[in-house]
Amino acid sequence: MSTKTITLTLKVWRQNRSRKKGGFEIYTARDISTDMSFLEMLDVVNEDLVLSGKEPIAFDHDCREGICGMCGAVVDGQAHGPLKETTLCQLHMRHFKNGDTVVIEPWRARAFPVVKDLVVDRSAFDKIIAAGGYISAKTGGAQDANNILVGKEVADKAFNAAACIGCGACVAACPNASAMLFVGAKISHLGLLPQGRPEAKTRVQSMIRAMDRLGFGNCSNETECEAQCPKSISIREIARMNREFVKASFS
Amino acid sequence: MNWFIDTFRTSLGKKLLMAVTGLGFLGFIIVHLLGNLTLYAGHEGVFNAYVAKLHQYEALILVAEIGLFALAVIHVTTGLLLFLANRSARSVRYAVTKSGGGRTVGSATMPYTGLAILLFVILHLSNFTFADVTDRTMYDVVAATFSSWIYIIVYVAAVVAVAIHVRHGFWSLFQTIGLNHEKYMPALRAISVALAVILGVGFGLIPIYIGIIV
Repeated sequence: MSTKTITLTLKVWRQNRSRKKGGFEIYTARDISTDMSFLEMLDVVNEDLVLSGKEPIAFDHDCREGICGMCGAVVDGQAHGPLKETTLCQLHMRHFKNGDTVVIEPWRARAFPVVKDLVVDRSAFDKIIAAGGYISAKTGGAQDANNILVGKEVADKAFNAAACIGCGACVAACPNASAMLFVGAKISHLGLLPQGRPEAKTRVQSMIRAMDRLGFGNCSNETECEAQCPKSISIREIARMNREFVKASFS
Repeated sequence: MNWFIDTFRTSLGKKLLMAVTGLGFLGFIIVHLLGNLTLYAGHEGVFNAYVAKLHQYEALILVAEIGLFALAVIHVTTGLLLFLANRSARSVRYAVTKSGGGRTVGSATMPYTGLAILLFVILHLSNFTFADVTDRTMYDVVAATFSSWIYIIVYVAAVVAVAIHVRHGFWSLFQTIGLNHEKYMPALRAISVALAVILGVGFGLIPIYIGIIV
């Protein structure tokens, strides 16, 4: 198998500090192996920038295995790029054609201010979690695992919701910059399990109010979040959150 | 009552208001279409009889009108608040946006079709509800209105806006009140399309039928 190389034109959002106005810069990504990941391609571009004495493009990343939720940028108008159910670090350059122009922007939401270039501050998600995305039971020593029985189907549902890596692609993809898929996933994965039930009512109330305070938009069921989520979290999690909210508010 | 008002101040509370009032409008518009089907009778007596029958229940009509007005106030103001909040939630827009396959024409245009419907309702009320029928029948008013090309075009366009709005609104309201189940959602989505087509064709052909065919 021979390695193919491609050359791309990149239009990258560069922004110095969150307050300063940013703008697009044009770079050429030369002789990029199609076996590289998108982030490795950016690494190559950055090496060239450093060698020529220029500031490298800042972007977030950590595990590069698609499970940490750290990376992400809007590539050609889609969160994490054109490939479904894939984080940016797992998007490979074989999905691009030689000569393509690729536009790379940070997540754009008032609740996610730009720190630098493609790096945004997602601590708003941490604040939502801190508002109730946990169980406060004192666990003590680990009890026998079979003490609390959880049906396989319920466990699977909870796991599907827990697959959310908190990357923020839902907010980036939502035409309204709403965080409801993220919050729905958290409400679901805790609320489906017996350990999460005792605090279900207070959790949904406080997490939703935290989300509202932080300046996220409102869900209008565009379902772009579900379509662009790298973990394909379903909007059924939002419906479950809505249900929990109605239960918590009117009873 | 504090908890009650507080509930509807949240994003989810506003969403619920949109869904429930929207459901109310759907109920109304279906009954409205059933009534207006009398216009297709090919004989003005049928429609005039229907109008006369309606006016026998003056008190009931008044209650319904007050109810619909309240729904409209809630739906429009909440919708406007949500629209403005959603715009400010993304102060810097994307240079490139591409759908991942979620958006539909309906979902992307809800505020705009909504505004078009609001403007149309005002026109529609002034055309018919507040029409002077002292020396003519309601059918005469309908026939006179649709004798104009402009009115035919405006009405058909408005009906298309309603159909697009309902296409997204119907399944969406179930999602909002938390009723999204893998067993039923495909059916609800299909009913959304069916309802949009039925309302679109049912209402949309009235101006054409009255103005051109009859």
